Amino acid sequence: MATRRVGGQTIFFEDLPKLVSAHTIVGKNEGQGPYSEYFDEILEDDLLGQPTAEKAERQILQQAVEQALSKYGLVPKDIQYYVSGDLLNQVISAVFSARNLAIPFLGIFSACGTFAQSLGLGSILLHGGFASKVLVATSSHYQTAERQYRYPIELNIQHRPTNQHTVTGAGACVLSADGEGPKITHVTFGRIVDMGLKDPNDMGSAMAPAAFDTLEKHLKDIECSPDHYDLILTGDLGRQGFKMLKIIAEKKGLALGTNLQDGGVLIYGEDPKYGAGASGAACSAVMTLGYGLSLLREGKIRRLLLVGTGALLNQLTVQQGDSIPTIAHAVAIEA
Amino acid sequence: MQYLIAFVVGGLICAAAQLVLEYTKLAPVHVLVGLTVLGAISAGIGIYEPFLQFAGAGALVPVSGFGSSITRGMLSEIKRLGWEGLFTGAFEITGLGLAAAVVFGSLMAIASRPRD
Repeated sequence: MATRRVGGQTIFFEDLPKLVSAHTIVGKNEGQGPYSEYFDEILEDDLLGQPTAEKAERQILQQAVEQALSKYGLVPKDIQYYVSGDLLNQVISAVFSARNLAIPFLGIFSACGTFAQSLGLGSILLHGGFASKVLVATSSHYQTAERQYRYPIELNIQHRPTNQHTVTGAGACVLSADGEGPKITHVTFGRIVDMGLKDPNDMGSAMAPAAFDTLEKHLKDIECSPDHYDLILTGDLGRQGFKMLKIIAEKKGLALGTNLQDGGVLIYGEDPKYGAGASGAACSAVMTLGYGLSLLREGKIRRLLLVGTGALLNQLTVQQGDSIPTIAHAVAIEA
Repeated sequence: MQYLIAFVVGGLICAAAQLVLEYTKLAPVHVLVGLTVLGAISAGIGIYEPFLQFAGAGALVPVSGFGSSITRGMLSEIKRLGWEGLFTGAFEITGLGLAAAVVFGSLMAIASRPRD
C-alpha cells in the first residue's frame, strides 16, 4: 500500500478533505475584541441562562455543532463520526454535546491543541474512506477552565501579566470528501515537548518550544520555507509564548516573517486586562474557522498553516511540582 | 492620628504581601497562610500585642491579625483552663469572624452570580 507520509512526521492527502461548513460562537469579551466581525455568533450572556458555567459550555458547543450541520443542510445521521474535545476532565463538554447526536463519537484531548488534532484525525478518517463526512468541534469556557485549572472565579484571585484568559466559545465544522470549501492538504502531529518549565501562570513560554518543534518538522518534511504559507497561525501562545517562539526560531536559524500570527495574541487585542492574551481549546477553533477560513474564502490568503498548541497539565501535576508537557499539531489548509 | 497610623500600617502589610505576589512564584494562598502563621507566631512570642497597641485596626484587620487572634485566644484560655485551652482557645476570639464569614459568604453566594 502506498504510504502517504512525507519526511519524518508529516502526512499528506491526495483526495483533499474539504471544510464545507463551519460555525463559530464566542462569548461577550471575545465579541468586543478586534476580530469580532469574523465570528458567526456573539453571546449576550456567557452563561446562556444556565445555572452553571459547565452546563453553559456544553450548550455553546452543542449550538455550534447544530449550526455547522444546518448551514450545509445536514442532519446528524449524515455524519459518520463526531470528533470532539474540550479542556474539562473526561472531555465532559464534548461527551454531553455528543449525547443527542446519536452518531459514533471520538472524544480526544490535546488541551488547547485539541482542535488541530481533531481536524487531523477527521481528515484521516475521510481520506481512508472510513467516512464521507466527519464533524469536528471543540469548546472552552473561561469560568469552567478557571475552576478546574486554577481557582473558581468567585475567589477573585489576582492574575499575572503572563496569565492567559481562556476563550469562551466553540467552533464546529464539517469535513467532507466532496463538496466545495478550503481543503486540508497536510497534517503534522506533534510530539510531547517538555523543557522543564513549571509555571502554570506562564503556559505560553512552556508551549513555544512545542510550537517550534512541530513547525520546524513540518516545514522540513514538506521542504518549504515559512513563506510558503500566507498565514501561519499558532493557536494560543499569547504575547509571552509568541515572543519565546520568535526567540527560539531566531536562535535555530528559522526566519519567520510577518505571516506568523498567534490566535492568543490577536483575539482580545492589546487590552492588558487579559494578561498575555487568550488561550483555550476554543481559541484556535474560532480563530481558524472564523478568521482563517474567512481570509481563505475571500482569497486574501491561499495557504494557511494552523499550529494548534496545548499545555498538557492538570491541577494535580502543578501541585505536585511537575513540569508542563506541551504539544503542537500542524494542519495545512489551502483555499 | 490613630486613624492615620492604622491606615499606613495596614497598607504597608498589604503592600508587602502584594510585593511577595508580584516578585515570587508564591500563590495567593501561600501569602494568606504565611501572613496568618506570621501573626500567630509573633503573638506567641509577644511582639504582636505591642504592635496592636500601636497600629490598632491597621494590625488587626489584615490576616496577620487573624493569626495573632488565634494565639491570643489560646493564651487566655490556657490561663483559664490549663492545657485544654490549647484546643478550646483557637476559636475563642476568631470564632466571631469565622462565623460571620460563613454566614455572610453564604448569603452573598445565594444573592449573586459570578461573572467574568
